[in-house]
Amino acid sequence: MEPMAIVDRLRAEFGDEILQSYTNQGQVAVILRPGRIVEILRWLRDSDDLRFDHLRSLCGVDNSRRKEPGLSRFEVVYNLYSIPRRHEIRLRAPVGDTDPAIDSVVSLWSGANWLERETYDLMGIRFNHHPDLRRVLLPEDWQGHPLRKEYPLRGKEEWVGMTDLLAKIKELNQHGFDPAGQAHGQSQGQAKEEKS
Amino acid sequence: MGEVNQPDLIELTEGVRYIPGASALLGPLNKLVNWGRAGSIWPVTFGLACCAIEMMDAGASTNDLDRFGILFRASPRQADCMVVAGTLTKKMAPVLRRVYDQMPEPRYVLAMGSCACSGGIFETYAVTQGVDQIIPVDVYVPGCPPRPEALLEGFLKLQEKIRKEQFRWSQWR
Repeated sequence: MEPMAIVDRLRAEFGDEILQSYTNQGQVAVILRPGRIVEILRWLRDSDDLRFDHLRSLCGVDNSRRKEPGLSRFEVVYNLYSIPRRHEIRLRAPVGDTDPAIDSVVSLWSGANWLERETYDLMGIRFNHHPDLRRVLLPEDWQGHPLRKEYPLRGKEEWVGMTDLLAKIKELNQHGFDPAGQAHGQSQGQAKEEKS
Repeated sequence: MGEVNQPDLIELTEGVRYIPGASALLGPLNKLVNWGRAGSIWPVTFGLACCAIEMMDAGASTNDLDRFGILFRASPRQADCMVVAGTLTKKMAPVLRRVYDQMPEPRYVLAMGSCACSGGIFETYAVTQGVDQIIPVDVYVPGCPPRPEALLEGFLKLQEKIRKEQFRWSQWR
């Protein structure tokens, strides 16, 4: 099906939910309200002439440094593809500025499970009714969501697991084979400094 | 006393001589031990990123680490050297330390690649800025990734270092 024809079908079915649609470099994108997202995606998946059976990607966007006015700070983007019909569409759902959340689509595509966990992990967007919303990349006791724009590149504070490890290493070195670190040339530099 | 019959000793390396007829080695114990160690470095692989591909390549036929007695082991308990090849994230750091702690003494560490040496381009929240924060490193091999020849050079440097050691035999020496 032609890209704009898909948008027309969508508009006829869910006219109130669609905020905007546009084409960029031959790819069609639709901006939707987040409220009925599961219903819309189920309709896109199950309609016989659309059959978007493949969730290509699911990710979050932090718009806080974009210039365009009227953008919600956080967005969730769905890239859908239909393997039998060979057409595609991109859906963008603004999810608010503080405490962003949207319904989970794991019930439609089980592949969305880890994608949503990753989005939660790095961007801090919650997915309601997700079966297992834990961090997937970072350690479970990590503080903060690093892909948010206000997160500094080197992090705000050291991860507690790392400080624990460094303290443990310091303790182990005292009882180790080579407490002074002479075999690795670590104490030589200090000795030279003391002499000079 | 007559002249002692001196057989033709074959010098294997500096200070270590081989007596052909007697099938025996002659030399100071220190040098014998170091000669044995330098000629049989068994590294445990700790491949973390693209450097691991170059490490595999260094072990394969063209460069062939086997000819130096360097055989990769899959277990830290059978190894006396660890090649840390790639980016060490903070989440992985406790695992690296645990593997290192299982290696028997004497043990050596070779940090391969910019990431292992210093964090490389990943000066970020999630990456350790050099594995020497976690474990003591003997040889640093820079490069992104280093060519197999560079890793080879690193091993030769490690051999050089082992040959210079004095009485590093055990904790209770």
